[in-house]
Order: sequence, then structure tokens, then C-alpha cells
Amino acid sequence: MLAIDPLGTGGWLWTSLLIMIGKVLVIFVVSLVATMLMIWGERKIVSGMHNRVGPNKAGPWGIMQSLADGIKAFFKETFRPSKSDPFLYKLAPYLMFIPAFLIWAVIPLGGDFTDGKDGTVTIFGQVTRVQLADPQVGILFVLAMSSIAVYGVMLAGWASGSKYPLLGAVRGSAQMISYEAALGLSLAAVLLSSGSLSTARIVQTQDSFVDWNLVATGIVPFAIFLVATTAELNRPPFDLVEAEQELVSGFNTEYGGIAFALFFLAEFMNVITMSGVIVTLFLGGPQPIAGIDIPFIPGAIEGTIWFVLKLLVFLYVYIWLRATLPRLRYDQLMDFGWKVLIPVALGWFLLLAALRQFSPDGTFADSLRVTAICVVVGIASIALFYAALQVSRRNRERAAAPQQEGSPV
Amino acid sequence: MNTTFLEYVVFFAASVMMLGGAIGVVTMKNPVHSALGLVLTLFGVAVQFVAQEAHFLAAVQVIVYAGAIVVLFLFVIMLLGVDRAVDLSIEPIKIQRPLAAVMAVGLVALITAAVIEAGDAIGTLNPGTGIDTATVEDPDSNIQQLAQNLYNDHVLAFELTSVLLIVAVVGTVLMTRKWPKRSADEGSEVGA
Repeated sequence: MLAIDPLGTGGWLWTSLLIMIGKVLVIFVVSLVATMLMIWGERKIVSGMHNRVGPNKAGPWGIMQSLADGIKAFFKETFRPSKSDPFLYKLAPYLMFIPAFLIWAVIPLGGDFTDGKDGTVTIFGQVTRVQLADPQVGILFVLAMSSIAVYGVMLAGWASGSKYPLLGAVRGSAQMISYEAALGLSLAAVLLSSGSLSTARIVQTQDSFVDWNLVATGIVPFAIFLVATTAELNRPPFDLVEAEQELVSGFNTEYGGIAFALFFLAEFMNVITMSGVIVTLFLGGPQPIAGIDIPFIPGAIEGTIWFVLKLLVFLYVYIWLRATLPRLRYDQLMDFGWKVLIPVALGWFLLLAALRQFSPDGTFADSLRVTAICVVVGIASIALFYAALQVSRRNRERAAAPQQEGSPV
Repeated sequence: MNTTFLEYVVFFAASVMMLGGAIGVVTMKNPVHSALGLVLTLFGVAVQFVAQEAHFLAAVQVIVYAGAIVVLFLFVIMLLGVDRAVDLSIEPIKIQRPLAAVMAVGLVALITAAVIEAGDAIGTLNPGTGIDTATVEDPDSNIQQLAQNLYNDHVLAFELTSVLLIVAVVGTVLMTRKWPKRSADEGSEVGA
């Protein structure tokens, strides 16, 4: 039970306990400050893309804007709609906020993983990792936490005792459950190539550019994972949960003050944590790019620098997506998730598994043969799938010509 | 710090969670609150799994049960609009409550019998019994052994279970489909 960190293996000492508490504090504070800067950065970058000025009053370049907003939210009156559920209405923001924090615990934030080193560092004579915990189930913990976050959206919508929040919550939970399947399937490809669930090991196996899972699994699982996380995060273009034009901000309509601020904070923190997960899974986390060794800086800190650089790329991509893409319609969202992402992720996973099994040496002839067979099987499956779609569409049109289609939720 | 003491603390905390949640499921008037009680129980079970070194089971417990199944419960409760406290003095199906009492007594008897039967083993087996201790330092050994067991020794049962699930899905789709009507006079009985 205590094998989640090399600290615990030699029995528990006061120094190791203090290091542990120190790590918790650092992660807590850094993630909060990072979220604050992320909110500011998003507003600033989006306003740049919109040809606006954006926040520019509080502090240099308006960098303290989120802090000012946070203080304002704290001092606002807390209220509760009369038809709401007293306990759950208060609980829901925390249910969304806490999982976002907890995912940080398993992301390797630094450490020297080059040349097959295991990324451990020594502080005050204690061997530890630059990550809070490295449990056996590593990446499954991330999945578990992201599935717990559904409760936040769902209960917030229901406990508000109002129509639009409930609609937003039902939409949101359906969306999150649907895209979790695609997320898990693309993750399976990564686990196949890394051969481990532990996040530290996943980073360790990616010690050169061709071993990065981005390359090792082909680019497809990465693309699927990126899309599926965007949907999981309810970020544009998948932000149907809080479609302002239809649902007046959706599940959090009835919230104000600090409770609303918590939702907001959780949303942005989730963007950072999920970017961290993507970097860990596909881009080697703290591994250096192209083997570059930054001079004069110890390897462990260098790892953190690489991690942050890779993270910033994804944060920018998320902001960019938000400013660029229009929102999907609900049926497009469901079609895309179920009819495109899941079959493609499944097919790609089968291809990777077949390649590993029947072409273990990776010789060109073997790989070509396996790929050809997989492509034939894939085309046959897609043909069957489309035939089934055609049949069901024809039946539906014949059966329900005078009837109205049920309105989408 | 004493590891045994820590284990007791974890065990009792998780047990309180499980029992509290279970009592909540039964006694709460509102179905949404009951479903959340169930989540609490499932989390307690997950903690017990971790304490027994069954990390993978704990993760799956949270992902599948807490993350998917109870969410589905809540989904149905909210969509059907039965999220109100119901009057428990009315009994819709007359024989249900006596049957439930019989079931409860039977279940308690079964569990008691199991505990008495396995009583010798209590206190003698350590956490993680059955796991190959030679490789327990390897973080992936737990999952690898589970996979070996599931996909080699019990592969037939596994495949049969997946067939069962497929049949269930196909059956659900069939039953919820709107069939083309032969005569136009029964238009309103097909609902969403």
C-alpha cells in the first residue's frame, strides 16, 4: 500500500513525511497560480485573436485580473435558489474542483529520465520522485478522476432545481460518458507501446523521439486523445454543457460568487492537468526534445523545464481551438464520438496489437503483410457498418415519415 | 509509524464509509441522494481493495461503478423525472416487501455462514495473499498476473461474458426501436 513512492519503502521517517507534505504544498500552490495565469492568458490570447485589448488594468498587462476577480467572487453574497437541494448545491462545485487537483498527483513534473535513468532525485538523503505519487495503476487513476468529475456537472445541474441547468447537466454527462470510451481506447494504444500503467514508467520508455508515443503509436491515438479530452473538458468546440446562446451558461446558471468561481477554476485547472496528461502520455513528459542538454542546470530541473515547455504548447492549442472553431450541434457531437472516434480508435488499436504480435521484429515485409490484412478487415467492417446505417436510415424514414423526430436533449 | 495501526485506521475509515453509504441508500427518501450513498459505498470498497494490494480492482471499481454505472442511474433518474421523494406508505406490488424480508434474512444467513466457514483464515493471511511475492516490487506485476489469469485460464468465461453483454446491448436496441406500424390507428403508444 505504501509503495507509491520510493520514500515509503525504507519505513516512514520524519524527513520523508516532511518531503511529502512539502511536495503536496508545492503542487497545490503551483497548480492554483498556474490556473490563475491560465485564465489571464486565455483572455489575453483570445482577445488578441479577436483584435481586442483584453484585460489590461490590474497589474502589468492585466496579469492580476484573475486575482482581482477571485477576490471579488469571495466577497459576493452567497445565495441559494429556493427550489435547490441544499446539500448537493453546495457540494457540486467541490466535486468538480477536487478531481482536477488530484490528477496532478500522478503526473511526473520533472526528474532526469534520459538514458534510461528512472527519474528519481535525492533530497536530504531521501530518494523520491518529482511527482507526488507513482501508484501501480497510474494512468487509470487519471481516468477514474476524470470520470468522477462528471458528478460535479451532473449534480450542479440537478441540485439547482431549474430547467436550463438540468438540460446542460444531462447533455454534459452524456457527452462525457460518450467520449470517455474513445479516450480509453486511444489510451490503450499508449499502454500497449509502453507496457506499463505507471506514469513514471510511461515517461521512462519514451527516451528518444522515435520512442515518443506520439510516433510509436502512429499519430492517430494522439489525435483521438486530444479531441476526446477537449470533449471531456467541455471546452469549445464541445462546450454544449454551457452553450450560452441556448442554455444561459448551462449547468452553472444558478451559481454565483465563490461557488461559480470554483467551477470556473476547475474548468481551467482541468485544461492544464489534461495537457499535462497528454504531454506525459505522448510527448515523453520531462524527457528532453531531441536529446538537447541544457548546460549548467541539473538534470531533474531540466526535466521540469522541458515539461513546462511542452505543456505551454498544448495550453496554447486549447486556447487557439476556442477562438477558432464554432460549436458543434448536439447530433454532430454524438455522431462524431460514436461513429468516427470510437471505431477509428478501436481499429487502430487492433492494427497496433496485430503488428506487435505478428511482426515483432518490425521487418518491412512482415509489417506490410499485417497492415494489408488489417486494412482489408477494417474496410470490410466499415462497409458493414455503413450498410447497417443505410438500412436503419431507410427503415426510420419509411416508418416515421409522418411522426416527428424526438427532440434532442 | 506502525503499519498495522495504519491498516486498522484505513480499514475502519473505509468500513464507516461503506456502512454509512449503504444505510443512506436504504433510508434516503430522494432517489438522487440514495444513488450518491451508493457512490460512497463503492468508494469505501475501492479503499478496501487498495488496502488489500488490489490496486487494479480499486481503479476499475471507481471507473466502472462510480464513474459509469451510478452516473447511468442518475441519468435515468433525472431523465424520467422520478427525482422526488416518494410516499413509502403505498406499496405498488403487494408481495414485494415480504419477499424482500425473506431475501434479506437469507443474505444475512449466507454471509454469516461464509464468515464462520472462513473464520480460521481471518488474521492469518496477509494483504496481497495469492500474489507472487517474488515480483511484488515490480509495479506492474499485479496487473500482469490478473491479465494472465483472466485471458489465459478463464478465457472461455471471459468470451462468454462478452457475448452476453453484446446480446444485452442488441436486445436493448431491439426493444427500444420504433417498429414500422402495420395499421395507423395505434399511433400514440410508441413513446421515447
